[in-house]
Amino acid sequence: MPEIQNFTLNFGPQHPAAHGVLRLVLEMDGEVIERADPHIGLLHRATEKLAESKPYNQSIGYMDRLDYVSMMCNEHAYVLAMEKLLGVEAPIRAQYIRVMFDEITRILNHLMWLGAHALDIGAMTVFLYCFREREDLMDCYEAVSGTRMHATYYRPGGVYRDLPDSMPQYQASQWRSESEIKRMNDDRQNSLLDFIEAFTQRFPGRVDEYETLLTDNRIWKQRTVGIGVVSPDRALQLGFSGPMLRGSGFEWDLRKKQPYEVYDKLDFDIPVGVNGDCYDRYLVRVEEMRQSNRIIEQCVDWLRANPGPVELEDHKLVPPRREEMKEDMESLIHHFKLFTEGFCIPEGETYAAVEAPKGEFGIYLISDGANKPYRLKIRAPGFVHLSAFDEMIRGHMLADVVAIIGTQDIVFGEVDR
Amino acid sequence: MSESAEALGARIQKCFGALIDACRVAGGQVTVEVGAENLRSLCSSLRDEADFAFAQLVDLCAVDYLDFGRADWETSESATNEGFSRGVEVREDRQDESDLSRYVVVYHLLSHTHNQRLRVKTEAPGDPPCVDSVADIWNCADWFEREAFDLFGVLFDGHPDLRRILTDYGFIGHPFRKDFPLSVKLRCVTIRRSGALSTNLSP
Repeated sequence: MPEIQNFTLNFGPQHPAAHGVLRLVLEMDGEVIERADPHIGLLHRATEKLAESKPYNQSIGYMDRLDYVSMMCNEHAYVLAMEKLLGVEAPIRAQYIRVMFDEITRILNHLMWLGAHALDIGAMTVFLYCFREREDLMDCYEAVSGTRMHATYYRPGGVYRDLPDSMPQYQASQWRSESEIKRMNDDRQNSLLDFIEAFTQRFPGRVDEYETLLTDNRIWKQRTVGIGVVSPDRALQLGFSGPMLRGSGFEWDLRKKQPYEVYDKLDFDIPVGVNGDCYDRYLVRVEEMRQSNRIIEQCVDWLRANPGPVELEDHKLVPPRREEMKEDMESLIHHFKLFTEGFCIPEGETYAAVEAPKGEFGIYLISDGANKPYRLKIRAPGFVHLSAFDEMIRGHMLADVVAIIGTQDIVFGEVDR
Repeated sequence: MSESAEALGARIQKCFGALIDACRVAGGQVTVEVGAENLRSLCSSLRDEADFAFAQLVDLCAVDYLDFGRADWETSESATNEGFSRGVEVREDRQDESDLSRYVVVYHLLSHTHNQRLRVKTEAPGDPPCVDSVADIWNCADWFEREAFDLFGVLFDGHPDLRRILTDYGFIGHPFRKDFPLSVKLRCVTIRRSGALSTNLSP
């Protein structure tokens, strides 16, 4: 009798559909997968240990680089943890700015997710369409912080600085005609809030375009309906959160259930799926983009109507303005202490979580009273979702591996940390 | 939150007072300390009893309390060490409490039905430190426990597949322990097929 063994395939770390560095060792019976063993750690940068050796504010940049497609949400969780231990709250205008940028980040993440997921499955057009919108949102990031992606914008006590009154303009060049430049600069004539408002007005039409390409598409449905089905009970046991949990029909969103910042003042809905397959999670995320658009509109209206401070006046926490620092002795001392030693957080521990686009992103912070964290544990949703990969992929075929990695919205920055 | 943290803390003290060592409420969050021998029964009850219903494990991590209260602001060699004030006073009491373990495992639980969070801390006694695995109570503990083992060296008794997850394949050591240096020159020994040893110094 010939002995038949499972075939072990290495879906190696360098693979265009592996969403980063993922080494999957697949045991397969022909085309069907019997077992999958994800090997992670290829992007492990020891963020938690590095944070233990730096003052608190210097680690905010590390948080951006964890889930590197939803930057400000990671910062938000860290800054919330610090503020909880310090016992301070950001001014109301800073809270609205944070919520607006969280939702901009959510749209950024879901656009990246949709483009990459569709590209992996084979629908290449969606990728370019999604990135067209991402360019506008990255211009918002750049206007407010100077960088397109890793902003380091949130600080304990508020945000770094207020929204600018003008947007950078496209310059005339040999490759673009004058009328084209004028058209591209059309939205950028006024402040950042006007630019964001123009974005929110054209974005629903753009989401309709993506849905036209995918939602009723036969091929898309064949690749995603019934794939990676997770029941609500198993989803809870496996630690799912965010769209992975809501796709299975479980109504849970931290923005509604444990609201933070100003989410309890805003009007929005939470989409919930039915079957728990890849198609439902796709529909949930697309609808989340529309709801995020709604939230951003409300924030823009409020921010226009309510000027005010965007950071606390407490100079033991927030550095004073440079003009004050050059003239006033106390400001100089505060500036010096903050930029050499940093601020000290009283002894204690706290867990702060936000509804990041991928799920619940939490920071567990232990302080021993020093100017740097004693222990900073990062609870990344991608880590938990990827641990469930083995259970989700059993019985599916090799082509579904790509669909399931995509639907879990895995980004290795946060899985490996 | 449907119920305040103080109310939850009081309920836990009432129901599990015999099992747990302490139940504290600080900053709107409840922390329960339990001994390693009672961990599994506490966790099963917290998950199964309808009054608590902590159906989801949100996070599991290990903490190394070796340097607690003793952190120093490290300056470069050229700057004067005495010039910077320490952010914190040195705590002598931790050294005297020799019955306190160096390693603590922390569990964060979430109850969707009651909309509550809870933190459970247990000391990992022994050398090597060892606690019972809760991977059969909450399945997502699987990878969290592998990570705590890999980075801190805490063993989990009853875990189905306890192997390294984040460090490199042949890595020796537990990097997140406080006595493991932040950056180091690693001597890498290669054994060639002929059986001869060769040493490379890699930065």
